[in-house]
Amino acid sequence: MARIEFDQIAHSYYPNPTVASDYALKEINTLWEDGGAYALLGPSGCGKTTLLNVISGLLKPSKGRVLYDGIDVTDLPPEKRNIAQVFQFPVLYDTMTVFDNLAFPLRNRGFNNTDTTRRVHEVADILDLTPDLKRKAAGLSADAKQKISLGRGLVRSDVAAVLFDEPLTVIDPHLKWHLRRKLKEIHEQLKLTMIYVTHDQVEALTFADQVIVMYEGEIVQVGTPEELVENPRHKFVGYFIGSPGMNFLPCTLEGQNARVDGVTIALDPETAALGAKARGMLELGIRPMHMEVHGSPVDGGVPVTMKTVEDQGSFKILTSALNGHTLLSRVPEGHPVPEKQAWLKFPPQRTKLFADERLIR
Amino acid sequence: MEKWADNKAWFLVLPVFVVVAFSAIIPLMTVVNYSLQDIFGPGNAVFVGTEWFKEMLTDTRLHDALGRQFIFSSLVLLIEIPLGILIALAMPKKGWGASASLVTLAIPLLIPWNVIGTIWIIFTRPDIGLFGVGINSLNLLDVPFDHTARPSYAWVTLMAMEVWHWTPLVALLCYAGLRAIPEAYYQAAKIDGASSWAVFRYIQLPKMRGVLTIAILLRWMDSFLIYAEPFALTGGGPGNSTTFLSIYLVKLATGQFDLGPAAAFSLIYFLIVLLFCFIFYQALLNVGKGEKTS
Repeated sequence: MARIEFDQIAHSYYPNPTVASDYALKEINTLWEDGGAYALLGPSGCGKTTLLNVISGLLKPSKGRVLYDGIDVTDLPPEKRNIAQVFQFPVLYDTMTVFDNLAFPLRNRGFNNTDTTRRVHEVADILDLTPDLKRKAAGLSADAKQKISLGRGLVRSDVAAVLFDEPLTVIDPHLKWHLRRKLKEIHEQLKLTMIYVTHDQVEALTFADQVIVMYEGEIVQVGTPEELVENPRHKFVGYFIGSPGMNFLPCTLEGQNARVDGVTIALDPETAALGAKARGMLELGIRPMHMEVHGSPVDGGVPVTMKTVEDQGSFKILTSALNGHTLLSRVPEGHPVPEKQAWLKFPPQRTKLFADERLIR
Repeated sequence: MEKWADNKAWFLVLPVFVVVAFSAIIPLMTVVNYSLQDIFGPGNAVFVGTEWFKEMLTDTRLHDALGRQFIFSSLVLLIEIPLGILIALAMPKKGWGASASLVTLAIPLLIPWNVIGTIWIIFTRPDIGLFGVGINSLNLLDVPFDHTARPSYAWVTLMAMEVWHWTPLVALLCYAGLRAIPEAYYQAAKIDGASSWAVFRYIQLPKMRGVLTIAILLRWMDSFLIYAEPFALTGGGPGNSTTFLSIYLVKLATGQFDLGPAAAFSLIYFLIVLLFCFIFYQALLNVGKGEKTS
C-alpha cells in the first residue's frame, strides 16, 4: 500500500504537443492517500483512463513525475510498480481454470503454493467464486468473468493501489448494485487504496469517500459527494452532478441583487460582495431541488411560464421558462404543480454565483 | 400456423438443388458408377462389383503413395504452423513495415502453382540455379546437389518449395488472429507480471485457436491433395520417391486408362481426406474446452 502523488503530470498522445488542446491531461497535481476510496468521474474523453494508465505505468506521461510513497516511479513499467488494474471488459485467461486465473498474478511473482492457495480462497470467498474455482473461466457468464477480473486485481494483498477502469459497464443493472456493495465492503475489509474510474455519478458517489471530477484533461474539483452537490467549484461539476444538473442563468450585479434579463433575484450579501470583486462573465447557479415552486405570487418570487412536467416516480421535474431561459426544478411527489404560471423562489443561501465558469461563492 | 394450400414453396429450393446436383452429386455418382465397372471402351463395360476396391486396397504402390503422402502432409504441418506463428509474431504491428510485410508475404500465394514448380526447377538447377550452384560451390555434399539425383534431394527441394509457397498463408491467418486481440489483454498481462512466454501461452495462442483451426485444416487438405507443384518439379521421381496420391491417381487414370481402378481409388482418397478433416476439426474444436458442466 502506498500514498500516490502526481507532480505536475501532463500527457499528450501527440509527439510534439504545442497548444493546450493537444494535451489529454493538462498539468495535474494531486494526491491519493493510503487506503482511500477514490472515484474519478467525468464524461467520456475527459482523460480519466489516461490518468489511470499513468498511475499504473501502462502510459509514461509526457511531463511530470509519479511518486509512490515519495519515490519516483515515473520510469518503472507496471509489473515493477506493484499495482493492480481492472479493465472495462473482463480480461480472462480462457484456457485456465478460475483458480489458475486468480493465482496467475501471484505465481508470476513467485509466491509459494501455500500462500497462493490461501489468498485465492480468501478472494474467491469474498467474491462468491468458491463453487466455480475448478471450472474453466471461458464458460462463465459475463458478470462471473468480471468478478474473476476483479479477483485478479484484489488477490495481491501488498499492492500499492487497485485501479478500476469502469469495471461495471458490462454488468446487468441488478448485479451492478450488488458488485458495487461488494467493492465497498472489500475496501472496508482490506483497507486497500482504490481508484475507480466511471462516468456514472451514482457509481462514483456511492463508492468513493473522495470524488475527483475531471473535465477536458483537468481536475476541476476534488471533494466528498456532499461537497460536490452543495458547492460545485466549476460550472461543469454543477451540471454533471445531480439529476437533473444545476440551472445556470447569465446575470449582472446590482448591489445585493442579481439581475437576469430585467428580473431581480436576491443574493446572500457575502456572495454579492465577492461577486462585485470578480472579473469575467457572471452566472447564477442553483440546483433544481433547492428551488421553491409556488402557484401564486409570493414575496421575492420570480414569475415563470410552465412548460412540461416529468414524473420520475418519487419526484417530479418541472420545466419552466424565464424570458427564454429554461429552468428545471425538482419537487417531491404530491407537491402541487402550477398549471401555466408559476413563481419560483431562489433561497439566497442556495443561490451560487460563478465568474467565467468558476464558483465565487 | 396456417397451412399453405399447395407445395409451391419447394420451387424456391430448386435452383440450389440443380446447382449442387451438377457441381457435386452427378460427377460424384459418375465416379461411383465407373468404380463398379470394367470399361473396355465407349459403350463396352462390364459390371464387376467391388473388385476394383479390393484391388486398390491391396495395391502396394497405393500403400507406398499413401505413406509418402502422410509423411509429406505431417511435415508440412510440423514446419508451416510453428513457422507461420513465429513470422506473425515477428511482424510489425503498424506503420509502413506492416503493409510491406503483408505484401511481401502475399507474393508466393499469387503465383500459379505450376509456375512455382518451374521457378524452383530453375532455382535449384546445379548448372544455372542460384541455390544449386550455391550449395555445390560449398562442397559440403558427397554427391553434388541436383534435385533429380537422389530421393532425399528431391524431398528437400519439394519441402522447401512447399514451405516457401504456403507458410505465408499460415502467417497471414495468424497475423489476423493476433491483431484481433484487444489491447486490454496485453495491459492486464503486464499488470499481472506475466512473462512474454506466458503472454504467448495464455493469451496469444488461445486467441489464435480459431485461425489456427482454419490454417491446419487448409494446409492438411491442400498438402494431401497436392499435385501441380511436384508434378512440375519432379514428375513423381526420382523413381517413385515423390509420387503422391494424386500423381499416382493421374498416372492410373490418364496414363494407363484404368478408369475403374482410378475411380475406386478416387473414392477411397476422398474418404481419407474427409475422415482426417473431421478428426482435426473435432480435435481442435474441443481443445482447451475442458468440462462443460459442473
